[in-house]
Amino acid sequence: MNPALAALYQGVILEHAQAPRHQGPLADATHHARVDNPLCGDRVTMRLRLSDGRIEAARFEGHGCAIALASASMLAGLVEGRDATEARALGAELERLLGDDAAHAAADRARLGDLVALEGTRAFPTRIRCATLPWEALRRALESAGS
Amino acid sequence: MAPPSPPSPAAALPLDVEAVRRQFPALAQTINDQPLRYLDSAATSLRLRAALDAARSIDEHDAGNVHRAVHRLGIAATARFEAAREAVRGFLGAAHGDEVVFTAGATASLNLVAQGLARTRLQPGDEVLVSVLEHHANLVPWHLACAERGARLVPIPLDGSGQIDLDRYAALLGPRTRVVAVAHASNVLGTITPVAEMARLAHARGAVVVVDGAQAVAHLPVDVQALGCDFYAFSGHKLFAPTGAGVLYGRRDLLATLPPWQGGGHMITSVAFGEVRFAQPPARFEAGTPAIAAVVGLGAAIAWINDLGWPAIAAHKHALAAHALAALQAVPGLRLLSTAAPRVPVFAFTLAGVHPHDIATLLGEEGLAIRAGHHCAEPLHHALGIAASARASLSIYSTAAEVDALAVALAGAAALFAGRGRS
Repeated sequence: MNPALAALYQGVILEHAQAPRHQGPLADATHHARVDNPLCGDRVTMRLRLSDGRIEAARFEGHGCAIALASASMLAGLVEGRDATEARALGAELERLLGDDAAHAAADRARLGDLVALEGTRAFPTRIRCATLPWEALRRALESAGS
Repeated sequence: MAPPSPPSPAAALPLDVEAVRRQFPALAQTINDQPLRYLDSAATSLRLRAALDAARSIDEHDAGNVHRAVHRLGIAATARFEAAREAVRGFLGAAHGDEVVFTAGATASLNLVAQGLARTRLQPGDEVLVSVLEHHANLVPWHLACAERGARLVPIPLDGSGQIDLDRYAALLGPRTRVVAVAHASNVLGTITPVAEMARLAHARGAVVVVDGAQAVAHLPVDVQALGCDFYAFSGHKLFAPTGAGVLYGRRDLLATLPPWQGGGHMITSVAFGEVRFAQPPARFEAGTPAIAAVVGLGAAIAWINDLGWPAIAAHKHALAAHALAALQAVPGLRLLSTAAPRVPVFAFTLAGVHPHDIATLLGEEGLAIRAGHHCAEPLHHALGIAASARASLSIYSTAAEVDALAVALAGAAALFAGRGRS
């Protein structure tokens, strides 16, 4: 396997993709949003239970490639227990990590934890969207009116 | 003594695939030091050297505009443009050259006919029948047409093998059916649809039959008169020609009933502020400067296909499809969406434990170019109960060795995701 592929499908990605965490329904969700990727048919629904601006629980459902599943699994785990504001800051950090070169250099890797592994998508421009799809679902869920 | 009998076309020499491959410059490249194995011809075929040369000679030499200039460059360009129209006429078995409209591609062709029929034939409550296996290019234009006119879009279901369910189709045809739109071949399942039978049944109800030939033209001889269709659309870039040019065949009497699609130069006979008079087809539908080089390239590609001859092409594709069916079915965990035969050499599949998008990335890095997703056929994937599939599609330059490399790589991808592969 070439280095770009090895970086894309590194161990932490495959582990999350094969056994995603934080996957499933969330009966008492207060916020949710669904996002589709028309390019490949991926679909991620993110459900959140917020209380006083804090994400008490995050669960995702949907189907997608290894990158999308791993991203959703890691992201949901990372934002649980955090304030919505912190979650938004993490998402912005992820966008910097996968964005243009200047933003990439400025990204704060330490805050992103395992999500840093998604950096491997940078060598595969059509796959960046797979990595950001769960974040987009989370962002839209936070923006949703609540239910 | 009886005279010697002429050689039978069926006894044509087998296709010299290596000679064919030399005519496609893109095949000469490597990806990560591996030879390119191009298995995405259903998305776009590789471009033929003769088509590229013809197109370039338009831009480098016969560079005038068509149908306008009286100088030598314009005269030469117009002659070559119209020669391409005649080549397409012959290629489709059309009766008249003025039944061939040049467009930007199959998508433009289908939008043209959908909007034209919407304005002339569709009333509120009318029905347009569109098959479940359609590419979005032969579905969304009809959705728009129906929405505009208050007509109903009715899906034609498939049977268990991925073929049009003819009995249920016949039952759907009714007094309000105005249009039947169907692909000649599926870009996912590879099935060749029973267009002639569908057209016969539709015509008995007075409906117009529109055929999306995008996936068929590179694989089987088309005779629009034998098929009995009213319109037939395809793109040059799926037939070894440069991108940017497409064709809409329309039966002469029907084409004459369609209103202009886009307004502009060349599509008129006179223009005044009070009144515009429109040209007869095909000019009525060819506003503005067309993709002259791409159209002339398409003509060159058709000439090359005619030289090879369909018997040799068909024999190669038939052998290749049989080999691919066997090789793919032998990959553990691989499920083909359709094993229909006869077919065009398009194979969509799923692989247990590996998402199609991951398959395409892994294989792409080994020089194996395949497609992943819903291939612009989302309703078909819904009907099959899956979100996405991977697709390998072969063409005239494809080889059994490429198919074998695909099968090996697929087994490797499955092993990687099962945690047994290389790391």
